[in-house]
Amino acid sequence: MQSDPKSKRSIGWMGLARGHKARPVEWISEKLIFLVSLSAIVTVFLIFVFVAREAFPIVFGTVNNQVTQKVIPAADFDKLSPEELQHYLGLSPSEFAQKSKDTLTLLMELKEEAAKEATKDKDAAVNTVSWRYILKPYQWSDYDKPEYIWQPVSQISKFNIVPLLIGSLKVTIIALLFSVPLALGAAIYVSQLAKPRVKEIVKPAIELLSGIPSVVLGFFGLIIMASVLQSLFGYQSRLNAFVAGIALGLAVIPVVFSIAEDALTSVPRSYVQAALALGSTRWEAAWKVVLPAAIPGVFAAVVLGFGRAVGETMVVLMASGNASIMSGNLFDSARTITATIAAEMAEAVAGGPHYRMLFLIGALLFVITFMSNLAGDLVMHRLKGRLEGRR
Amino acid sequence: MKTLKHIAILTAALAVATTAQAGTITVKGSDTMVILAQKWAETYMGQSPNVKIQVTGGGSGVGLAALQSGQIDIADSSRPIKATEVENCVKTFGKRPREYKVAVDGLSVYVNNNNPVKALTMEQLNGIFTGKIKNWKEVGGNDMQILVYSRENSSGTYEFFKEHVLKGKDFVASAQTMQGTAALLQAVEKDKSGIGYGGAAYGGGARAVGVKKDAASPAIEPSEATVVGATYPIWRYLYIYLNPDSDKGDIAAYINWIRSDAGQKVVKEIGYYPLPDKLREKQ
Repeated sequence: MQSDPKSKRSIGWMGLARGHKARPVEWISEKLIFLVSLSAIVTVFLIFVFVAREAFPIVFGTVNNQVTQKVIPAADFDKLSPEELQHYLGLSPSEFAQKSKDTLTLLMELKEEAAKEATKDKDAAVNTVSWRYILKPYQWSDYDKPEYIWQPVSQISKFNIVPLLIGSLKVTIIALLFSVPLALGAAIYVSQLAKPRVKEIVKPAIELLSGIPSVVLGFFGLIIMASVLQSLFGYQSRLNAFVAGIALGLAVIPVVFSIAEDALTSVPRSYVQAALALGSTRWEAAWKVVLPAAIPGVFAAVVLGFGRAVGETMVVLMASGNASIMSGNLFDSARTITATIAAEMAEAVAGGPHYRMLFLIGALLFVITFMSNLAGDLVMHRLKGRLEGRR
Repeated sequence: MKTLKHIAILTAALAVATTAQAGTITVKGSDTMVILAQKWAETYMGQSPNVKIQVTGGGSGVGLAALQSGQIDIADSSRPIKATEVENCVKTFGKRPREYKVAVDGLSVYVNNNNPVKALTMEQLNGIFTGKIKNWKEVGGNDMQILVYSRENSSGTYEFFKEHVLKGKDFVASAQTMQGTAALLQAVEKDKSGIGYGGAAYGGGARAVGVKKDAASPAIEPSEATVVGATYPIWRYLYIYLNPDSDKGDIAAYINWIRSDAGQKVVKEIGYYPLPDKLREKQ
């Protein structure tokens, strides 16, 4: 026996208090794993805080992007107090202190030039990033009737998010309608009906689909599927929500398939055996016994598939045509939230209204997936409870 | 000690990967100009091997934003700088950025090869792209709905077309936005009712229509004579912008070369239009 003074002083430290089998290495790895899992939670939280922070000024209506600002001629430079000047030029106090008088006068001249460039539009005094214009239709000048318009790069930027929500919804619904039946069918077949030889080939093949980069799927949709589907269905616009939805479905199938297949496989073998013993066919056993028993897992698969579909970017960016229109027609083009962020973020001036709007729709997307996962979880627990006879 | 110093330099270089190294000219901006800028850089580096030029795209606004924050030496832009961007430049380096015209670009309007429409007036183009004209028969074509193809709103070409042809009005909401001129041409090529626009450098695939200033004037096809001579109505200058303080030494020599006959020969090879003689530098 070694007499280590530390073991007396620090009870539990390095796991020494666990008795003579104390393993400091185990203690350290345990704590490390804990830190790693903690860091995942912290990262998710930090990302959300970052996205939300950029969007907050719009959420609380503190951004104003009215085009018209009262212009003070540069000749009146001396009449302004330093505070007024700093506020007028939109500088922070430290920036302001570093500027020479010449620079400040130049900035004032530029404000005048900008005012000359600005439009005489009747909507120039509208703050287009307030909630009224983000959510409700408005009759802009040059338009015949009130409309939902997303036109962020314009003399008067128009930021109505309703067309984007509809676009995302349309594409996601098509993707799920296409992929869920196929993926569930495949999962039932592979887990219950297929011979082991077939299973060994089919399962990895479907899961290989998830290894295809989404940009490749998007390219495939853009070049091949768009033409084939158009000649099959004969609709007008070649790139549309339908094409994007089907291409997106290919990305969703492996997600739904893997989880559903796991859920179906984990139903106890005795259920099937009991059903078969009672005279049901294999198909009846799979459909009427195994599927209902695995329904919480299957439901979770569909919810995760929804999350994947609504968050996927590259496929929809390439194959949907990206026209921000209000249309329920599945064969019309659609612009999704994700594609909008990807296409427009590069040009948006950091901290400007357009930039903040993009973060706002990003935060919205985060909230949508979070809510769907939460709702999915609640429903899953109810289903589980019902299956286990707790309700 | 020396290795330590090297490591420090290396880390600094990695940390600010976009910052220019000594002897390297960094260029960023317009996607329209990226092929041209690369060709310029290659040709120039071929003849003066001690200068390194790094070219990246991203869009005119991206280039100008990078110039504002001092990350690059030269910003390519396919549109004139905006007052707000000048303001941001003045806020960071205290001066207006210096502007050089470096080439001329004509925007062509493309339709499908099978479309019988041969020419459109500026007013008809305005109507088609804002959605007032919806059917090809209204402009003398077959009876079919017009499908408008446009570019992403982050592109300089989009802004140019909007300012110049649409007179600042919005594109029709049903306009499909494509990720690049090549993608747009490909779409028009496959769509018999499609119409789109793009730089002349990309021609091929689809057919460019003649453009009339108004109903009475003749239809003009985009070509070097018509674009540089400004008889073709849809044309623009291509620009570079830089901080006036850095317009010396290697960078000034490079810009001079771009604007000389040798540099303008490259412009022609790529398929854009060279500057008229009076705007060139004499070497």
